Amino acid sequence: MNQFLDQNAQTQIKDLFQQMDKPITIVLFTKEEPCLTCVETKQLLEEVSALSDKITLVTKDLYEDIEEATKYDITLTPSFVFLDENQNYTGVKFNGIPAGHEINSLIGGILEVSVMKFDFSKETIDQIKKIDKPVNIKVFVTLSCPHCPGAVQNAHRLAMINKNIVGEMIEAQTFGELSQKYNVSGVPKIVINEKYELLGNHPIEAFLAEINKI
Amino acid sequence: MFQLNIQKNSKTTLFNTTKIWDLLIIGGGPAGLNAALYAQRKGLLVGLITKEIGGQLHNTTSVENYLGFEYIEGASLSQSFHKHVKSLDIPILVDHLVTNLEKNKEEIFELTLDNNKSLKAKTVLFATGASPRKLGIEGEDTFASKGVSYCTTCDAPFFKGKHVIVAGGGNSAAEAVLDLSVWASKITVVHRSQWRADQILLDKLNELDHVTVRLNTNLVSVGGKEKMESVIIFDKMTQENEAIKAEGLFVEIGIIPNTGLLVNKITMNQQKEIIVDESLMTSMPGLFAAGDVTTNRHKQIIIAASDGAKAALSIQTYLRNQTKGEIK
Repeated sequence: MNQFLDQNAQTQIKDLFQQMDKPITIVLFTKEEPCLTCVETKQLLEEVSALSDKITLVTKDLYEDIEEATKYDITLTPSFVFLDENQNYTGVKFNGIPAGHEINSLIGGILEVSVMKFDFSKETIDQIKKIDKPVNIKVFVTLSCPHCPGAVQNAHRLAMINKNIVGEMIEAQTFGELSQKYNVSGVPKIVINEKYELLGNHPIEAFLAEINKI
Repeated sequence: MFQLNIQKNSKTTLFNTTKIWDLLIIGGGPAGLNAALYAQRKGLLVGLITKEIGGQLHNTTSVENYLGFEYIEGASLSQSFHKHVKSLDIPILVDHLVTNLEKNKEEIFELTLDNNKSLKAKTVLFATGASPRKLGIEGEDTFASKGVSYCTTCDAPFFKGKHVIVAGGGNSAAEAVLDLSVWASKITVVHRSQWRADQILLDKLNELDHVTVRLNTNLVSVGGKEKMESVIIFDKMTQENEAIKAEGLFVEIGIIPNTGLLVNKITMNQQKEIIVDESLMTSMPGLFAAGDVTTNRHKQIIIAASDGAKAALSIQTYLRNQTKGEIK
């Protein structure tokens, strides 16, 4: 297969990765065929991780490495998670290939996990830290949706700030059945703890308001 | 295949250290980006604050009427604009909204951001663009994202093999039909009057055999259970209501200006578009506006971009006159 990232994109991403601080590990789960976009996702992550020596990519098989998969609650493929410098799960998860506009969620996520600085007010960060129940945020996206990375990144930031939260991107076309189950016909669609829904990209405060309903 | 928009942070620290900006631009669409480019080249201390880079460029798949590009994707044009602006190291604060704008006693603008941060500037350019206009019919909100969509590029893939309605008769509606034509099995255009779209788009549309056009027809309501299942239309010629089974409704009936922040602060027309003078200054001295947010009748990318340039140049003159003590 040809390179996904052309020279121009590589230079841009490499330049952005100069800002990275702590090392991060990406754990990717794939499986044997048939798997829509497993091969492509692996290649994209290989190309991206080659652009910084602070990124380690580990590839696992969903069925052979079942213990690891259970640890991160992986049920789909391709699916990958970010671990921090101490190999702890950050709650940042992607299901499906982060191509198209979702490249912003991928690169943005890597930078933020590595730097852990957030542009929220102190009150907002305090509120996020106070959440003491398990929260799962699913963000359904399409790769042609320009408003989706904003929603994905907010879900991921919540996860990075509070260990009780998991934020996951779900590429709706790859996981068509799952999208149907959640009645997705417009994106971004945000589902919190299987029950609370937000449509469209919303400021972090809207996420918090829904989480507080739990 | 990739639309990378993240910008390097080196200059955004200026948002923490700058006491008073010459110019703060609100909005990252064609008007805001071009104003930033012109202002920076003139040597102004300029910063740009935006929720998203590109604005409405991202709601359109293809652009075929921007001089110099026979065909370019909306997202790619946005990327080229952004790349050009980035090459000049202009500080841009992305993913933030301005929540308040006031002018203090010293005639300095004070902007409050959604993270409670406060910024000061001698002049402000309001280039916040516009959002899709809603139909305002029964069932529209109930079935939003459950069939009703305002972003064809985002949601078209969900309607593979389905019958969808496109509401509207302008270029955006015609483009939505062309975008959807590769996914949907049947498309019905419903428009209250006659086509306003460019002939070149209508010619393309006429080549499609799965498109039906209902002109002089109003949409009355959207119905369904869990998801949208049908619409009711009213044909003005026959004066009859008719139910049509469809699983999607793409609303492309125009835009409403994003001027909520300025209501009752400056002069606007009935549509809440900002009235500007020939230098693009609003009724509040030092506050300028450009692009789709103004009364400018033609909402076009190239016009918004040109507005941005005009505004930046006017702002430079305004600032120069101010320092000379020649405030109008």
